[in-house]
Amino acid sequence: MRSDRASRPLKLAALGGLLFLHVPLLFVFLYAFTTEEKSYQFPPPGLTLKWFGVAFARQDIWDAIGLSLKVAALATSVALVLGTLIAAALARRQFFGREAVSLLVILPIALPGIVTGIALRAAFNLLEIDYGLLTIILGHATFCIVVVYNNAVARFRRLSGSLVEASMDLGADGFQTFRYVILPNIATALLAGGMLAFALSFDEVIVTTFTAGQQSTLPIWMLSELVRPRQRPVTNVVAVFVILVTFLPILAAYYLTRDESQHK
Amino acid sequence: MTVAAPAVRFRAVTRHFGPVKAVDGVDLEIAPGEFFSMLGPSGSGKTTCLRLIAGFDQPSAGEIEIFGVPSAGVPPYARAVNTVFQDYALFPHMNVLDNVAYGLMVRGVGKRERHARAAEALALVKLGQHGERRPVQLSGGQRQRVALARALVNQPRVLLLDEPLGALDLKLREEMQVELKALQRKLGTAFVFVTHDQGEALSMSDRVAVFNEGRIVQVGPPEEIYERPRTDFVARFVGGSNVLPAAVARGIGGPDAPCSLRPEAIVLLTGPAPEGHAALTAMIEDAQYHGAARRLLVTVEGADLRLAVSIPAAEGGGFGPGQTVTLGIPLAALWAMEAA
Repeated sequence: MRSDRASRPLKLAALGGLLFLHVPLLFVFLYAFTTEEKSYQFPPPGLTLKWFGVAFARQDIWDAIGLSLKVAALATSVALVLGTLIAAALARRQFFGREAVSLLVILPIALPGIVTGIALRAAFNLLEIDYGLLTIILGHATFCIVVVYNNAVARFRRLSGSLVEASMDLGADGFQTFRYVILPNIATALLAGGMLAFALSFDEVIVTTFTAGQQSTLPIWMLSELVRPRQRPVTNVVAVFVILVTFLPILAAYYLTRDESQHK
Repeated sequence: MTVAAPAVRFRAVTRHFGPVKAVDGVDLEIAPGEFFSMLGPSGSGKTTCLRLIAGFDQPSAGEIEIFGVPSAGVPPYARAVNTVFQDYALFPHMNVLDNVAYGLMVRGVGKRERHARAAEALALVKLGQHGERRPVQLSGGQRQRVALARALVNQPRVLLLDEPLGALDLKLREEMQVELKALQRKLGTAFVFVTHDQGEALSMSDRVAVFNEGRIVQVGPPEEIYERPRTDFVARFVGGSNVLPAAVARGIGGPDAPCSLRPEAIVLLTGPAPEGHAALTAMIEDAQYHGAARRLLVTVEGADLRLAVSIPAAEGGGFGPGQTVTLGIPLAALWAMEAA
């Protein structure tokens, strides 16, 4: 029960903010159905479903989707392993320079993607790694790790240190302790972090531009489509698809973490 | 005749944290089946000693043996000891029965057997009907019992208890003291009980070790610790005893050493001092009513000395601050201690 009611100007401001955020998205949906294919004309001269069929038939779109899913899945997997390990190391122990290390872990997400991109490109050149799937995954892993780390470290800090000691005391070795005590307690945090990482990777453009070879991930494909005035609504169809693919995991992650805080 | 190895033996055990000597050259032996308390203020090293026995921490120097087996390099999960943690450390994602069965589970005991044995352990701590609940659904006292059952189900040869009653309210604490003691007698397991509550230590233990600044100051049966403190730290910490400086003790005809003097040994005089008593004039600073007893805080005239006096509540209802009284000090009650 909430006794204080929001004032009218506050409500209007909130409504305005929501509209500002979401009306553009509605246009993305609208133009996926327009009959005009050369420019975005409002109101649309007519509505059609044919672009969904066109998009479905184009192999370059399927290739881009496939690559994006593959990159997101692998980058997220790498991030889950490394991010969890970093979080475990930094949450538990006190050691000299811990805060500095923690800052260094978070830094990639604060740095402009373009800096990360240039840095990675320089590194890949130096190591003579060919641009391709591997370099895209490594590029994405840099910021995916941060997301997983942030989720995991918060949960590790809440996890009482004596739980681990209790497990060892009761006869469990390190692996059993991880399997039966640590993992169940951080699982939802990892799931939430993993989903966010997946969503971030799926729509990443800047770092990908620097680390991809000839391949196009889905966002790169869309960017290149925008400069070509051909079958423009197909891009919108794909955009609708991207919105759904990224929105669902984020929503799920939100609910997963929210439930946790309610149980407390 | 074979002499059984002690349950726990410390040989010159030291644990440094940087420049801090948390434990400083401790020697002790705990007998099998003994209820042994480690008593001391916070930071005195008692919990560190417990963690050294459990294996969560390693001594910087010295040796620890558990039933004659050197414990250096033995990980916590391979030691015949179990711990009841101060915060209970119950696994929040498991129900009570699985919490208790955890130690059996990781040792590969089958589900049916481990659940049966966990249920037995829960019955032992009078919590038989709560197996399906989650730890968050239990009260503090119930969680404490689950923690106890979870440790006992593994049939440890030494049970370590880290201030297990600290978070409970007074009534529950007194109940648990009685139950813990009864349980210990029944099981015959050595209990190592860490506490900063002297009443708890005195009422439950076979022997008490008093810790101060990383060292054991005195170890012995509760009566000895209470009645014959070795230093003024023990006198003050264990019994709230008065400590008379050597000069004062000598001045009233007692031994030439710092002496402890129990508050209840002092009497109030109305006439001349009886045989074997020294008389001291003092002014009352504060008078407190404690139900069965009345506690007076007095300042002795001519000496920079404050004493606590405990008299039966029925006597001296009229005393108040500012009044002058004559104290009778029975010389036989002065216990000479080591100079600090």
